[in-house]
Amino acid sequence: MTLGQSLGVALVGLEGHLVQIEADIADGLPGYTLLGLPDAALSESRDRVRSALVNSQEAWPNRKVTVSLSPAWLPKSGSGFDLPIAVALLAASATIAPEKIEGVLFLGELGLDGRIRSVRGVLPSLIAAYKLGVTTAVIPWANRLEAQLMSEMVIIPMRTMNELLRWLRLGEREIEDELPLILNEKEDSYDFSDVAGQEHARKAAEISAVGGHHLLLIGPPGAGKTMIAQRIPGILPPLTRDEALEVTAIHSVAGGLTSRSPLSAQAPFISPHHTATRVAMVGGGSHAIHPGACSLAHRGVLFIDEAPECAAGVLDSLRQSLESGTITITRSIGSITYPASFILVLAANPCPCGKFTGRGRNCICSSQQVRRYLSRLSGPLLDRIDLRVHVDSLSRVELTQSQLGETTQVIQQRVIQAREIARRRFKDFPWVLNAEIPSRALRTNFQPERAGMNFLHAALDREQITARGLHKVMRTSWSVADLENHSIPTLGDVEVAYALREGVRA
Amino acid sequence: MTTQKPASLAKKSQNQSTGEFGESVVAEFLLARNARILDRNWRIKEGEIDLVALLPNGSIAFVEVKTRRSYAYGHPLEAISYDKALRLQRLALAWLATHNCLGRDYQIDCVAVLIENDGKHTIEYRANVL
Repeated sequence: MTLGQSLGVALVGLEGHLVQIEADIADGLPGYTLLGLPDAALSESRDRVRSALVNSQEAWPNRKVTVSLSPAWLPKSGSGFDLPIAVALLAASATIAPEKIEGVLFLGELGLDGRIRSVRGVLPSLIAAYKLGVTTAVIPWANRLEAQLMSEMVIIPMRTMNELLRWLRLGEREIEDELPLILNEKEDSYDFSDVAGQEHARKAAEISAVGGHHLLLIGPPGAGKTMIAQRIPGILPPLTRDEALEVTAIHSVAGGLTSRSPLSAQAPFISPHHTATRVAMVGGGSHAIHPGACSLAHRGVLFIDEAPECAAGVLDSLRQSLESGTITITRSIGSITYPASFILVLAANPCPCGKFTGRGRNCICSSQQVRRYLSRLSGPLLDRIDLRVHVDSLSRVELTQSQLGETTQVIQQRVIQAREIARRRFKDFPWVLNAEIPSRALRTNFQPERAGMNFLHAALDREQITARGLHKVMRTSWSVADLENHSIPTLGDVEVAYALREGVRA
Repeated sequence: MTTQKPASLAKKSQNQSTGEFGESVVAEFLLARNARILDRNWRIKEGEIDLVALLPNGSIAFVEVKTRRSYAYGHPLEAISYDKALRLQRLALAWLATHNCLGRDYQIDCVAVLIENDGKHTIEYRANVL
């Protein structure tokens, strides 16, 4: 047998394509040709595969080796094809039985010593392969946690080429401690009881978590904006298995599973620095299109501290994902859509020096500077933010209060209950969160109480609120009502929602 | 034509005598398969052809022989890159032109000869490598 075949996966974004790897060993001068649009990392596979095989006491065929990755038109990248290429070569040189590897997916990079190294995107590759009918996969040992999430498949984690060959030839596998598949509901140690005072901002964070409303926190340095934002993922309901799969798949493609556990069911918290570029925010890249911060924050919180310091256009590049919950990136190699549905939390100082708060006695900024500072956040972006609250410096009383605020657990329970109420209310509709209610539905099925509407219409007449703002306040009022267990938003709920949106004039 | 005892050619380096030994081994190999040796070590400015043989099927084989005493420096045929193989083809065409037989069927063959310490040798013959 001089022809060997094996299976691999090529990822385009989160979408996987099965790749048939064929290895042919022919007479002729020793040489190696790799076909099927490999990128630089993949072209180097030849030397890795060769050394790995030789150092695993396997013979390298000193003949004309042709390896073809089909479909040939699909550009392939990365080192994950090392393992399937090596296996196809061994099948071609008849040192392993072809039926042993038939229908088995192989993923992994090879070390020169025959070690099988971790690769990016194992989980989305497995998901794709499973959809295409593959049920068994050999993957790098280091990726076994994320692979485990695909409990529908037989996953065979392997450490070295030798271990793999023992399994393929003798059926022997070192017995491994099967890890229990447990999703961790709480990953970080942040707790809301650490936040002293700030009742107003705490309430806003809770409402934001209930309805998926975007949030802007304005306050002087040291008031606790970052503390509050960091604690929002903790009060969001834990991710379901499907959501966790989705989030882990994105982080796997981005190679970020070192910082986030693959088995985490806590909503992600992503806080790009304000010097982040547009590509870092939305994703991009020329060879492979990588997900950006907004996709990594999918189903979680995207927190941008010092938001007005962001370069012009960076924040506005988030507008597409704020609208649609997805982000489409187009480059010469193609168009890729990543999910990007997140709660945007922006933090800002009130002015360049940060002290324009309270009576602003210590602020050294000119009135013009103060006015200009927050206007760096563009109107269209601010318009999409339902909650804008001031986080003021703590007073002596608040700071010395011995009584701790509510814990994350207590708040999370309330959020889960409120979301459940909303879920039942929207069971016949395509959306689940209050922030997602379409305007038409707001005007027909989901109007707050009469008195509340009168209040809003009066504000509209006085031009204190725009039509879009009116809708935003109506959506927020539903979240307030769900928390208060009101079946329909009352005048009070509407007033709270109105205050949370219009309390800050940016 | 040549001796099987490379050591008798005292003035040549060991590598040269190893090479000659390998070539004679291949010549015998070809003769045993009813080929006729037309030329040996045909040399022009561009390079040298180790062996030219007329095969029983009428094709002219231009043979490059690589002889090694160990695989320490890799497989002998790995020393022939694609560029070198193309050079062999140019030499082959030059030989055909010189001998007025352009248009004849020809092929480029490469042979690896490994000489073991005990004097035994193994031949790996790759026909028509281009």
